[in-house]
Formats: sequence, structure tokens, C-alpha cells
Amino acid sequence: MALDEYRPQEGDEAYEGPREFRQVGTRPDRPDGFDKVTGRARFGADMYAPGMLHAAILRSPHAHARIVRLDTSKAEALEGVKAVVTRADFSKNVIFAPGTVGEFWNILENIMAGEKALYDGHAVAAVAATTPLIARDALKLIEVEYEILPHVTDVDEAMKPGAPVIREGAADRSVPEGMHPNVVRYHESGHGDVEAGFAEADLVIEDHFTTEATHQGYIEPHACLGTLGADGKGELWCCTQGHWYVQKVCAALLDLETANLRVTASEIGGGFGGKTTVFIEPVALALSRKAGRPVKLVMSRAEVFRATGPTASASMDIRIGMKKDGTITAAQGTFRLQGGAFPGAPMEFTAMCAFACYDLRHVRQVGYDVMTNRPKQAAYRAPGSPMAAFAVESVIDELCNRLGLDPIEVRLKNAAREGTKASYGPTYPRIGLVETLEAARAHPHYAAPLKPGQGRGISCGFWFNYGGETSVSLALSEDGSAQVMVGTPDIGGSRASMALMAAEVLGIPYENIRVTVADTGSLGYNEISHGSRVTYASGLATIKAARDAVRKLRQRAADKWGIDVEAVDWVDGCAVPSGPNAGDFDPLPLAEITKTMGATGGPISGHFEATPEGAGVSFATHIVDAEVDRETGKTRVVRYTVVQDAGKAIHPTYVEGQFQGGAAQGIGWALNEEYIYGEDGRLQNPGFLDYRIPVASDLPMIDTVIVEVPNPGHPFGVRGVGETSICPPLAAIANAVSNAAGVRLRDLPMRPSRILDELEKQRDDA
Amino acid sequence: MPEVHLWSGLRALAGGREVVEVEGRTVGEILDALVAACPGLKEPIEAGVSVAVDGRIIASARNEPVNPDSEIYLLQRLRGG
Amino acid sequence: MTKIHVTARINGDEVEFLCDPRETMLDVLRDRLGLIGAKEGCGTGDCGACSITLDGRLVCSCLMLGVEAEGREIGTVEGIAEGENLHPLQRKFIEHAALQCGFCTPGILVAAKNLLERNPDPSEEEVRYWLAGNLCRCTGYDKIIRAVLDAAAEMREAS
Ligand code: FES
Ligand code: FES
Repeated sequence: MALDEYRPQEGDEAYEGPREFRQVGTRPDRPDGFDKVTGRARFGADMYAPGMLHAAILRSPHAHARIVRLDTSKAEALEGVKAVVTRADFSKNVIFAPGTVGEFWNILENIMAGEKALYDGHAVAAVAATTPLIARDALKLIEVEYEILPHVTDVDEAMKPGAPVIREGAADRSVPEGMHPNVVRYHESGHGDVEAGFAEADLVIEDHFTTEATHQGYIEPHACLGTLGADGKGELWCCTQGHWYVQKVCAALLDLETANLRVTASEIGGGFGGKTTVFIEPVALALSRKAGRPVKLVMSRAEVFRATGPTASASMDIRIGMKKDGTITAAQGTFRLQGGAFPGAPMEFTAMCAFACYDLRHVRQVGYDVMTNRPKQAAYRAPGSPMAAFAVESVIDELCNRLGLDPIEVRLKNAAREGTKASYGPTYPRIGLVETLEAARAHPHYAAPLKPGQGRGISCGFWFNYGGETSVSLALSEDGSAQVMVGTPDIGGSRASMALMAAEVLGIPYENIRVTVADTGSLGYNEISHGSRVTYASGLATIKAARDAVRKLRQRAADKWGIDVEAVDWVDGCAVPSGPNAGDFDPLPLAEITKTMGATGGPISGHFEATPEGAGVSFATHIVDAEVDRETGKTRVVRYTVVQDAGKAIHPTYVEGQFQGGAAQGIGWALNEEYIYGEDGRLQNPGFLDYRIPVASDLPMIDTVIVEVPNPGHPFGVRGVGETSICPPLAAIANAVSNAAGVRLRDLPMRPSRILDELEKQRDDA
Repeated sequence: MPEVHLWSGLRALAGGREVVEVEGRTVGEILDALVAACPGLKEPIEAGVSVAVDGRIIASARNEPVNPDSEIYLLQRLRGG
Repeated sequence: MTKIHVTARINGDEVEFLCDPRETMLDVLRDRLGLIGAKEGCGTGDCGACSITLDGRLVCSCLMLGVEAEGREIGTVEGIAEGENLHPLQRKFIEHAALQCGFCTPGILVAAKNLLERNPDPSEEEVRYWLAGNLCRCTGYDKIIRAVLDAAAEMREAS
């Protein structure tokens, strides 16, 4: 290939420098607000079809068991039952492969068990019937004979010799010789010579930390409505973060042609990563194919807890050395994550994020991905990063305390900045960690007096962010309004941000733009809404699609004026001659051009498809004040401030919302939330009563500071903001508890019983 | 020739090397050349890797340009929540 | 199983329906009456997404049987706006961005309206405790609490 055939990737856009925005940065009402406050918005379970059946799934009560016999005949015979499916009703062409290479096989095995039930809640059969009650009754008529096998649910136990093997051959080749078969992937990275670094330190602290699995906890359970004909054509409605991915997975698991399955994303009642994968959609489609009728499948809350993605749990060893002046000389971490009965626990991100905030000459991190008899982990907001931040930022805080140093000054001293070699390898471009630390230091919260019994904690956090495959189309109407079709489900107000960016480029009012999340039949491929990519990547594509339309608008004006298109500029929604030499014409508004577009060359739209690769990494610093009740062990968060780099906030209110939501989830992770397994390997708390997410009375107002250090890879400087905010709270609260009560909690959650135990030890030591 | 830095977990599959020099003008060419030079890397590369070129993380695009003096790091494939 | 005939008043309209004695009010609203505003987040009374009023009392419709509606007065999110005019709470929720995904919103609006009918001038703490039965996973509650307090202030001024 000749060299001149190479061109940079479409979508690689450089930051265009500071500018005066007219619309970007304002806070208009969101376009879907009216529907959502009146109850009209349609979520996953809100769709109905004529002749629709209702489905239910039978799940294993055992943590690990061989399925010896599965007899569905009695269920099939029940009046009103129209179809029953088991693993036999899914594709035989999905191939097993070790590690995460065989992800489709892993998904298939997870949504419908094969030879073994691998965790409490693992699906073994499904029924479709004329009413939900009949479907549930039918489940009781399915006979399953299990041979119960020994199980393991703890990550450290699962690595020990003699631990029950979940699946032989699941390990990929990264795993060193001699490890237990449950260790399925291995990661090692870093640079320098850590032992030499530790030798330079005045104080080295080494500690062990654990975090329990937590659930994303979206309030909307998974739900879908599917129709699939024997002709292989189907329609699917579902709540998902990525309907093209659902399309791809369903097609593979059911032997369909991808394009023959049209998937529409409903409004989505929260996802946080948990709706980036597939659980029930292929099941509904398989039932529909068998029954010849539409099938609706809605998970119960208990099913959501037992069988959809919690995050991984972690066991971690951290060692950090520091000089008396606060310089970190070396850092080392070992991260063991269990991600349930499948490979994929995000241990490499845990390892790579762990020390990403710091400029380190000597750093080394090791990760293990371990299988246990638990549900398949799914991504949860900055997957893998929060647990690392908990462990690392706790140790840094302890070092600061023992050396009598200010925690923000120490972090500033060691902070990664432009040109720093990141702990995961490459050299950072322009980043905003220092700015968040400086803003935190300057915030009144940091200097505010504390009441007796209160302590203040701070922590930093890091996430990579992501770009991904993206398509956007923008079509102009005759009256000068614009429709924007994006393919990334709106999980937090992104339609408002897209409309702002389109309005900015087109120069028309925000209200004249309607943004729709298109179905898979109406737009090119779009990757899932994940990795904080939506405002960055769909936003970039929206800007480019709008500019494509503007170029065509300028052409129409040029044709009308009989001048060259290069002599036409676009200013405030009008075509104007670019200078005195271009000619003397009155500005031509967008609506004037579109009014006659049919007769001047046809409809005008703009398109953009690319895989943007300029997602800038994002950093945050959080400050928290906590109060520990020494009688009950209860910790209360009394004041909270989030400082985070957003690059450029398109709709600041929704940026604040992401900061606050992430902080609240982090607070839950730190204090209350955990998966509790019994001796029998069954999940003990599959409901919101016993799995307690923060409620309104648990939290204070959450202050936010938006720092804007432009992302060099986006024309307006946008960085994703959705994920980083969940990274700092865990350690920030642990640090606050340590400063409030003098006890250091190394295991999450910091439930009252654990705090009381530590307080007791403290008394015994005294 | 661009130098490609491997994360330490990959080094065993590349004959213990930490840095491999390969010819290539795009990310895709670099990855292909890496597999040709170290067949052990085929599996992890096919499983999906991201690449950092001069500090910019390229999550998946193979047609990103690479300069002879670029700093290139292989990273595990990125995704998010 | 034989169905039971029930007559109730919902958002001011008289409604008749047949339901299985095991069916919850939430299922009746959604699956039989087409009122999909109330949501099922848990089905066990823990999340408040299904909140409705029963004779003016705030209840979880997932914990109530459809047959219990006989002769009662029910209010849902669909009945909060008056025609095309949004209730101040609804307007303030949009204005303050008190929703991200919006799944918890119908239940929270029903609950907040019920609070303001009892207590037109609640403190922040009273709002937080009143809404403690309504889970929101997206917002951290900050903007929800502000929207309720702001709506209450506006309603006090108007009356
Ligand atoms: S669905 Fe009724 S309280 Fe959750
Ligand atoms: S806005 Fe999503 S649960 Fe409240």
C-alpha cells in the first residue's frame, strides 16, 4: 500500500482551543423531562404487544451442582403454557475458548446453564405462558435433579490448592505455571526497581485490604419484549446500555443474521455498567420463536441480585514507601479479583489504575482473575478502579498521618501531570489531577472546622475513559429544525448534551433540535454507552455530523449566490459571505435554505461514523467529613465535596449529577453494600431491604466543583465524567473514619460491627 | 523503528523481552509485525489489546498512524461501566 | 382461577376491572389499566418506585392486592398534572435536573406531593426522611431534595 493511502483515523479531532460558546455550558431543560415527570416515558417493562406471552426463568438453588436430569414435560402440559426452553434451544455453534476470548460462549453459559449450575441463581430453564402467574406456576412443575458439588465463593479460598474447580481449561496463557485452575488470567506491569525504591524510603507501609462485591443497583430490573419468527426475523425492545451489542449477541446465540434482528432501546432506568451485557434477551427470543408469539420477560429484584452482574470482590496487598518530605519512592500492589464463574474480573484495570495518580520511578502491579461460584461479574462504573483506589489511597493516608504530612500537599507533590510516565506505561498528555487537588485545597470545605467525633478524609481517583465505535445522523426539516439520531442510550441526560452541541454548531436554538436514540435498523453501528464515552464520542460525532450538514448548507448558499463554497462562512445559524471579496449578500438563515432544499438539490442531512480515539483520562479529588458513633459503630457522612476534571462541561447540571451519583454509590460501597454468602453458597441478601443502598436520609448535600482542563482529543475539550466519581469515596471515607475514630478499616464495607471490633481492639491496645 | 513496550505479563510470551522493535506505520501493522516476530503474542493480541501511542490510548482502531519515534505501549483491552 | 370484579376511582375516574385474587395493585395498574407510570423496582416494598396514594395515604402498590382497591380512591403519577399544566413539583424536577434515568421519578413525585399536602413547609431533614423509602440510584438525592424544597416554597408563595 502506498504511503499516501494512509490517513489518520476519522474522528481524531484535536482540541480547537478556548472559545466563546453560545449554547454549550448552559443548562436548558432536558428534552425527555416532560415524559419522565408525567409517567409517559417507556422503560423496559413498559412495552406491550398484541398476543404477548409472559416469561419466567427457573434458577438453580445451589451454588455448584451437576444437572443430572431436567424434565420439563409437566410444565409444558400446564394449561396456558406455550413454550419451555433449556440450553438445547440455543446455538450449538458458539465456541468455548479460554479466558475472555470465548466471551459469547461465556454469555451463553451464563444465561442458560449447560451441564452444571455454577452459582445460586444460575438459569436452568424458562417458560412462556399466557399470564405471569401461570408462568410462575409452571416453573414449579419443572423437575431438576442436581448432584451437588463442593463450592467456593471467596477469592482467596478459590486460589488455594484443593479448592473446587469451577471449570477446567478456562485459564488463558497469561497464567503462570502451577496456579490453581480457578486462576484464569494474570496481569503484571510496572517499571523501575521497586526494591531499590523501598530502600530509599523513610517509611514503608504494607497492608492487606478487601472489598466485597457490590451491585450496580439500578432501580429498573432488566426487562425486554421480543418477537422472533421461524423465518429468522425478529424485533426486540429492551433496556440496555448498548442495543447493537444485544443484537450481535442474540444473533450469535440463536443462529440469526444480525441484520434480521432489529433492536430498540427503551428508556433505561439506570445501568452503571450492569446493562452493558446480555442476560434475558436471547431467552425471550428463543421462547418467542418456539411459541410463535411475542414474549415479555421481566426480572424480579431477587433475580437481579442473584443472577446479574455485581462487581468483582477483591483481596489486595499494597506496599508503598515514602520519604520524610512526602516523596513516594516506590509502590507495589497485588490484586486478586473474583468475577464469578467466568473469566473477566477487571483485575488488569485494578492494577493499571491503582497508582495512576502518581509520578513514580518504581512501581509494580500484579493482578489475578479468579473464578468462584458466584454470578458473572459485570462492569460497574470505572470497573476495577474503586477497589484499587480504596487500598492505595488508604495506605498513602496512613503514611501522611505517621509522617505528619498534609494529605493534599503530599498528593500534589507526587501527582502525575503532563509528561509523567504513567504507572501503566505510557506518558501522560495534558491531564487535570493537579488542578483538582488545587481546587480541593482552595475549597472552603478543606479549611472548615470539624466538630468533636468528626474526621476529614481525602482521596484521589482515576479512570481511563473510552471512545468506541460511533455513528450519528442529523437531518434538517423544511422549517429549519433538526433531528439528531444517536445510537448511545441516554442514561443520564445525554440527549440534552447532544442537542446543545448540535445547536452550537448549527447556530439554531436548542429547542429546535430533537435528539432520538435510534434503533439498530435506523443507524450505523454504535458501541455500548460505557466507559464514559457518550458525551465524548457521540458528542464528537454529533459535532461532526452537524458540521457535515453545515457544509451542505454553505454549498446551497454558494449555489444561490453564484460564488465558491469556500467563500461562504457559517455564522450564528446563517450563511454569510466570508469577506468583502466574496460579494455583498445578506446573511441567509438556515431556515431559508431548508425551506427550498427540496428544489435546490434535495434533503440536507449530516452524517458521521468513526471510532474516536481521543478520550482523555479523568481524575478527581474528593473531600469528606464523617462522624463515627462510638456506641453503635455507625458512620455518618456529614459533608461531601467532589472535585473532578470534566474537560469541558457541556451541560454542567448533568455533569454535577454524574459527580453526585458516583459519590453516592461510592458511599454505599464504603459503608453498607455487600454481597453476603452463606455456608451453603447461597446469596443471603438478594433484596433492597438487606442489600442497603444509600437512601435520602443517609446522605448530606453533595457539593461539586467542575474543573475544566480541556481534553486534547475533543474539539470542545470534553472528557467523559461518568465513572471517575465512584473511585475516591471508598478511601476518602475510610480516611475520614480513621481521622475521626483512630481506627483504620481495611475491609469494606465499614459496617458498624466492623467499626465496633476495631474500636474494641483500640481499647485493648490502650 | 518504533519500539513497542509489553506489559510484564506478556514478556514470557515474547522470549522475555520487554521491548520489541518492529516495522509499521499504523497500529494494525505494528500488531501484525509483533505477532510475526513473537508468535506467542498472537493469542493475547487476538483476545484484544489497546495501544498507547505517545500517551494517547487507542482502544481499538488499527489504522491509527505511528511514527518511527513513537512511544508505544500495549495495554489490556479497555472497556468501561 | 376465577377473577374478581373490582370498582375503584383512579385519578378521579371511575374504573372497573377483573383481577386474579393474587394480582398486586401494581400489576393491575400496569397490565390491566395501562397506567405504566408506577414502576416495579423490587416488588417487596423496599424501593418506592410503585408509590401511589390510597384514599390519600401513601402506599406501595406492589404490597397491595388489586382486589383491595374495591371502593377506594387511588392516585398515581398520571394524575399529578392538571391537563397540560404540570404540577410545581414536576416543573421543579425538570428545572433542577432532579432525575437522571427517571425510573424513580414517578414514585418520588407521588410521595413528595403527598408530603407537601401534609406539610407545606418541610425542612430538608423532613424531606429526606419522608423520601427515605424511595430509592434513587442515579442522583445522590441532592437535586431531588432541592427540587422538592423549591417546589414547596413556590407553592407556599402561590397560596
Ligand atoms: S416496587 Fe413496590 S416498593 Fe419497590
Ligand atoms: S434518576 Fe435513576 S433511579 Fe432516580
